[in-house]
Amino acid sequence: MRTVQVSHITDAIKEMCIQVNYELSPDMRRVFEEAERTERSPLGRRILGQLSQNLEIAASDRIPICQDTGMAVVFLEIGQEVHFEGGSLEDAVNEGIRRGYGEGYLRKSVVDDPILRKNTGDNTPGVIHCRLVPGDQVKITVAPKGFGSENMSRVFMLKPADGIEGVKNAVVAAVEDAGPNACPPMVVGVGIGGTFEKCALMAKHALTRPAGEHSQIPWVKELEEELLSRINGTGIGPGGLGGTTTALAVNVETYPTHIAGLPVAVNICCHVNRHISAML
Amino acid sequence: MEKRIRVPLSREDALSLKAGDYVCLTGTIYTARDAAHKRMQEALERGKPLPFDIRGSVIYYMGPSPAREGRPIGSAGPTTASRMDKYTPALLDLGLAGMIGKGRRSPAVREAVMRNRAVYFAAVGGAGALLSKAVTSAEVIAYEDLGTEAIRKLTVEDLPVIVCMDAEGTDLYETAAEEYRK
Ligand code: SF4
Repeated sequence: MRTVQVSHITDAIKEMCIQVNYELSPDMRRVFEEAERTERSPLGRRILGQLSQNLEIAASDRIPICQDTGMAVVFLEIGQEVHFEGGSLEDAVNEGIRRGYGEGYLRKSVVDDPILRKNTGDNTPGVIHCRLVPGDQVKITVAPKGFGSENMSRVFMLKPADGIEGVKNAVVAAVEDAGPNACPPMVVGVGIGGTFEKCALMAKHALTRPAGEHSQIPWVKELEEELLSRINGTGIGPGGLGGTTTALAVNVETYPTHIAGLPVAVNICCHVNRHISAML
Repeated sequence: MEKRIRVPLSREDALSLKAGDYVCLTGTIYTARDAAHKRMQEALERGKPLPFDIRGSVIYYMGPSPAREGRPIGSAGPTTASRMDKYTPALLDLGLAGMIGKGRRSPAVREAVMRNRAVYFAAVGGAGALLSKAVTSAEVIAYEDLGTEAIRKLTVEDLPVIVCMDAEGTDLYETAAEEYRK
């Protein structure tokens, strides 16, 4: 048994909320540089250049990369030998978000009720996903999600007979629909299998995998590569103003499913795909 | 080629802009997004005036992140314009001359743009840090309780935007993607 003070969770989440909104992870910067080299449209290259400049300004001036600093999504992988002390874990996570968004000059974009819509003023609550794993450590991943792209995400309950072609068409259709609204170049997270909610969660989690790193499963890796090339063939391009870079990465996660179903979720993210992890 | 245009927008300038033009805007614009549009609509329904003179004005669909001490504004990029589509035709008919946002517009907005010879500009989504550099002052002028969604009067200097839909109704999102479609 290992004891972890929940105040350490608060501190870590606060720092991560700030850091992730000011600087993209190295994997995202790498795929960006690659896109600047390969984009064929002159206006597209100009927009990619602006986005690179934007990243530099954000890091040096300590100003958020994007004004939509997102709703904070937090994944916790909790070792089953961990014992938390010092209060509620959920409260500690939300306190970290509150302090991070306050001290980091981040935008407060959360309303307390989906219909009554009063801003909570501190960007809480976050959306927290916990998983129990073996061991005595806690892995925290913070992935703030902007809603320009979140709004364009989709779940498709396909039939087994639709097969892999059905999956590909669903993903490309979601991307075409998203078009310029989702601030392309996008990162596309896909969940295939499981149940209705499981595929959506996988699609979200897939966005936290480093861009440019492929699935270990051979057919999934192939699917990721084919989807990326089909998406880049849509012509949507940087900013949606035409070009050959519509997505920077497609990350797919899979899970066993029911004999009667083929759920597919597509979580669209913009080029400001923020994810950061830490071990406690 | 780059065009430098003053805002509020003169009728002449609005008519000279063509979809695809890269434009730098200098002058005064106003921010408004979902909640502020809803309130402006309610004001109009009750026969009340709008919080600023809409004729010739340009609205920026944007809700900034908080400013650090000594800076006029935080990150300041565009939000998705289609969420304002429901409110936009009425504002265009009252004289709104331009909008800055990102993403596609509805057929009703396109018709109103053509009817009123207005312009829809796209700013690059997700470039809020860069775009904030063009804002030299910001002042909340209405609906302060809405926080980031309050209406702000912005002074901008060379704010980089691209003409996305011109007064003829030509839509760059439609034409540009076709060119690179495989
Ligand atoms: S979709 Fe992403 S880049 Fe675009 S405004 Fe939202 S958070 Fe920013």
